[in-house]
Amino acid sequence: MRKRKQEKLSKDRLIWMYTQMLRIREFEERIKRTFVEHPGVIRGHTHLADGAEASIVGALATREKNDLAMPSYRCHGYPIVLGTSLNKMMAEIYGRKDGLCGGFGGSMHLCDPEHNFPGTSGIIGQAIAHATGAALAAQVKKTGQVIYCFFGDGASKQGAFYESLNMAAVWKLPIVYILENNQYQVYTHVSLEDANAVAGDPLSQKAGAFSIPGVTVDGTDVLKVYEVVGKAVKRARAGQGPSLIESKFYRFSAHGNAITVPPVPTQFPEHEAIETYGRKSEYAAARARDPILLFRKKLKSKKIFSEQAAKQIEESVRTELEATVQFALASPFPKPEEATKHVYA
Amino acid sequence: MPREMMYAEAMATAITEEMTRDSDVIFYGQNLGMTDRDPLVRKFGKNRVRITPISETAEMGIAVGAAMSGLRPVVELWMSEFMLVAMGQLLNEAPRLRYMSGGQVKVPLVFKAGYGFSAGWAGQHSNCIYHTMMGIPGLKVALPSSPADAKGLMTSAIRDNNPVMYLHHYMLMLDKGPVPEGEHVVPFGVAEIKRAGTDVTIVATGWMVSKSLAAAQILAKEGISSEVIDPRTIAPLDIETIVQSVKKTGHLVLVDQAPRHASVAAIIAGEVAEHGFHYLKAPAKMVTAMDTSVPYSEPLEKYILPNEEKIIKAVKSVLEKEQVK
Repeated sequence: MRKRKQEKLSKDRLIWMYTQMLRIREFEERIKRTFVEHPGVIRGHTHLADGAEASIVGALATREKNDLAMPSYRCHGYPIVLGTSLNKMMAEIYGRKDGLCGGFGGSMHLCDPEHNFPGTSGIIGQAIAHATGAALAAQVKKTGQVIYCFFGDGASKQGAFYESLNMAAVWKLPIVYILENNQYQVYTHVSLEDANAVAGDPLSQKAGAFSIPGVTVDGTDVLKVYEVVGKAVKRARAGQGPSLIESKFYRFSAHGNAITVPPVPTQFPEHEAIETYGRKSEYAAARARDPILLFRKKLKSKKIFSEQAAKQIEESVRTELEATVQFALASPFPKPEEATKHVYA
Repeated sequence: MPREMMYAEAMATAITEEMTRDSDVIFYGQNLGMTDRDPLVRKFGKNRVRITPISETAEMGIAVGAAMSGLRPVVELWMSEFMLVAMGQLLNEAPRLRYMSGGQVKVPLVFKAGYGFSAGWAGQHSNCIYHTMMGIPGLKVALPSSPADAKGLMTSAIRDNNPVMYLHHYMLMLDKGPVPEGEHVVPFGVAEIKRAGTDVTIVATGWMVSKSLAAAQILAKEGISSEVIDPRTIAPLDIETIVQSVKKTGHLVLVDQAPRHASVAAIIAGEVAEHGFHYLKAPAKMVTAMDTSVPYSEPLEKYILPNEEKIIKAVKSVLEKEQVK
């Protein structure tokens, strides 16, 4: 069979994709800096998407207007692509009144239904079931939506993963499961806890248990992700059911900021590869394959933009994020007595 | 004119009526709607009536996601203990999402399950675990004790915009009683005085309501007038009606099929101690299951559960204490 030709991405679209990747990276960099520059401003636990930019943007670039993105608690990247206000996101992470959720959720629970981002769960694997439920709603109500369900390699060992994929396959739900294999489940390397990884097989092999397509894709290549996810989305929208895509990339930051007890300040430690396993060369090799640098190089070589144009984009993203941080810092805290709101609808 | 109906039939009627009324209501669970002959499948089709595998985490988690996306799922979970394998979805997902979103999303769903099956089901299928749910902000818990309440509370549960645990008592399933014709809605958080009285307030839920009413009848023959109150929902919990009754009777007996420290009785005792202590003429008394798992053999099972005799004894003891004082 002849390979169906991929829909060609316009120059503007490619630049948009590059810009979104940069916005994700810069957002996460500013969060890391906040821990250093403004200790205490970010409380609790924060998980970053640096390294995942190509995977997130490549996947979401395939969506249609009403499709939903439902990830786990490592959730900053997706709403950035969906058009959520960065000011509101940062204000939420700073616990401020102007936050997306009014300071009720924080980093792990970003939620913006208006921008097709219905909510997240802080508990590993549990949101896979929620995304599957959203796909059930799309099917029952015949909305034509496809649900993009993102989760990590760790979550693929949760019961919710197996139960949800089984039911989605039985019911042929319009959902694409994107297993972001960033190599480390919290602090544990995937080779220590995943049967497929132990056997030297791709994690997408899990799809076989549900008789659905399972594909592994290089998650550092935004265009490859776009192509593979695009096919799965087409299939889902045509009523042919779910697919499982293992998107392989490397998480550049540690799992989260260090867990410290106040008043001890917290910030991001070294990546587990270095801190726990002493694998400096592994980490350096992954950084050398930075998805943003790879895409930048490709766009330049294809003359999509010049060095100068690229620098302009990068500068404008930096400026945007500087304003975002200032907005969030200036936003007031919510009134304490508001804490009793929103318990019941 | 009310119609005689079985408790189980009353619940099913409410589900059918609400599914007819609102096309966003869907119903699914294990071992239901298995064939095209199934009456619900015939009426509503397989899109809205679905059979699921034995996957409580997904069944409940999918309901959460579907509810966030505009449906009103009713999930048949059969036995309350089966939900224990999916406690995260029940206690840490469904009731939390609205709050964490700062009020942006709502999660209207019903988790339906039976409980308290005191017929030799032994340790893992007979328990009363509602205490675990009643204290979770964001979650509502209904415990119908009659066919009328079974219908009216199910109607409210499906129409509610929050996650609701609807727990039906297995020992009541075949009980018959009058159910109002047509639309019948029992509001949440409104206790019902099942029997009016002046000497003692007995608060009971589920199966214990009929036991308390039977005890009250026997006590009446001895000249003791009991007021029997059924909170009907334990989250929200109508403390006001109970305190007003205690103000009148001065005596309180709390009957609960759950073990003592995991009971609604203990919660109500605490609330009355704070809000109605000065009305009490004697310490309140709790009649609960003993602190054991539920045993299999009939005499053992009977021994650990509350019954009429234990309720009567408790009522007499609180009334006697007053005389001693």
